[in-house]
Amino acid sequence: MATSIDVSDLNIYYGDFLAVEGVTIPIAARSVTAFIGPSGCGKSTFLRSLNRMHEVVRGARVEGKVLVDGEDLYGDDVDPVDVRRMVGMVFQRPNPFPTMSIYDNVLAGQRLNSKRMKKTDADDAVERALRSAGLWAEVKDRLDRPGSGLSGGQQQRLCIARAISVEPEVLLMDEPCSALDPISTIVIEDLIHELKAQYTIVIVTHNMQQAARVSDTTAFFNLAGVGMPGRLVEHGATEKIFSNPDESATEAYIQGRFG
Amino acid sequence: MSILHTPMWRRRAVDRLATVLVTGAFVLALFPLFSILWTVVSKGAPALSPEFFTYSMRNVVGEGGGIYHALVGTLLVTAAATVISVPIGLLTAIFLVEYGEGRRLARWIRFLVDVMTGIPSIVAGLFAYALFVVFFGEGVRMGFGGAVALSVLMIPVVVRSCEEMLKLVPNELREAAYALGVPKWRTVLKVVLPTSIAGIVTGITLAIARVIGETAPLLVIAGLSDSVNFDLFHDRMATLPVFAYSAVSSPGVPPGPSIDRAWGAALVLLLIVMLLNLVARLVSHLFSPKSER
Ligand SMILES: Nc1ncnc2c1ncn2[C@@H]1O[C@H](COP(=O)(O)OP(=O)(O)O)[C@@H](O)[C@H]1O
Ligand SMILES: [Mg+2]
Repeated sequence: MATSIDVSDLNIYYGDFLAVEGVTIPIAARSVTAFIGPSGCGKSTFLRSLNRMHEVVRGARVEGKVLVDGEDLYGDDVDPVDVRRMVGMVFQRPNPFPTMSIYDNVLAGQRLNSKRMKKTDADDAVERALRSAGLWAEVKDRLDRPGSGLSGGQQQRLCIARAISVEPEVLLMDEPCSALDPISTIVIEDLIHELKAQYTIVIVTHNMQQAARVSDTTAFFNLAGVGMPGRLVEHGATEKIFSNPDESATEAYIQGRFG
Repeated sequence: MSILHTPMWRRRAVDRLATVLVTGAFVLALFPLFSILWTVVSKGAPALSPEFFTYSMRNVVGEGGGIYHALVGTLLVTAAATVISVPIGLLTAIFLVEYGEGRRLARWIRFLVDVMTGIPSIVAGLFAYALFVVFFGEGVRMGFGGAVALSVLMIPVVVRSCEEMLKLVPNELREAAYALGVPKWRTVLKVVLPTSIAGIVTGITLAIARVIGETAPLLVIAGLSDSVNFDLFHDRMATLPVFAYSAVSSPGVPPGPSIDRAWGAALVLLLIVMLLNLVARLVSHLFSPKSER
């Protein structure tokens, strides 16, 4: 059911400010694609344009095409709300809903949209999502407790469970581990490995080892200069990017010479 | 002269003087508060009795009688003002915070709300009177008019406090909802409002406390009456502040009993305000998002 994404010639603006310029990249279904690059080069901006979260910012807009299974996300008759149901997102800081229990957080996508569910179906959906997120064993006895009582790593897995319980086809993750301790980070990385069997995953990370560990494809973004828009420098199989990149800037960045 | 050349004793002396001044100002500020509390309680408490709460002033001359009619009036008028102000104020705040960003209309509304905050209460009363004269003719008196006058005073307070509370909701929660494919209006209704409900209810309660003691506008439009009136839309309606005002300004002969009743009414008003503050705290405690720790 997973889906491939084809981005061509995408320019992304905040008002008049061109933040990211001319990105063309194919993203394969059921694979993990990592975006790396120095901060401010537009990784988050580009990621958010893949589920139309970018336009939540006032004045923000894009030019170009993002095809998901051949259909343009930015087509005239496409509702961004529908796009976001199909392309889920996990944020840098865990953000469970503080007013909801763990159970309701997992079902937030359905609850907030007032979707009626039978109790047994709801229970099943919660268990399935929590199991996929590797959190079931830890929380099954306290599903009615608030999600904010969990540890940071658990909260982030709760957010992953929440994202996959609406059954998206693509999962975007913006530095999902940067607010977490190393143990939780490993847990999430293992989880990403398992999830890629079902989902197309795109992850932004500032951690080079993480990109190398979890991704099949790596894309390196960079700024052409101060005040210039971010660009996609190169992309390819992770092994190749890390061992033998085409561009010298990529090599310099990966070896930690800047960024 | 550099600070290094200031003699030590002088710095100490200035320091001490500052401490004394600040403490003195604090005591001075507390003095009126305690003195008001003491005066109202000591003069008002003797008037309180079961009769005081259950009798109106109908056909009462001299001793006896009570505030039942004024209590009913105050509760009805304030409740009506709340029913008018909360939807308008809350919806305005929602517009400003969730939909108004960068719009000229929002800047205008903010400006007008600021202006409204400064409207003197008597002006609000005259406004309500003028409005009701248009429909009911000169000399109109009704409780609902008082509610409208109080709303003019209450709406800006509600807008401001709700706005502050909505702004406190982290943007991350809105984005989390959008990213699940939840439309904006549902996000506002089911994420933003529930998250801020404790603060909103507290703000509303304090706004009620703010207007419940208003006298001038009610004197103009709700008028004064000695009997109980449950109908907001017909006839004069007594309220506690107006009752206290008239009990003192035209006490009759001998003035004693009437003035005692005024203090009693003042005490009851104070108790209501304190109760509202208490309710506000309780509500914010009950509605706050619970965490395990
Ligand atoms: N909400 C915003 N409004 C205006 N400019 C923004 C906003 N968010 C990011 N930018 C700008 O877009 C550029 C890319 O930022 P971002 O996508 O956050 O980079 P990264 O995630 O790679 O660190 C930066 O120049 C940043 O200042
Ligand atoms: Mg970023």
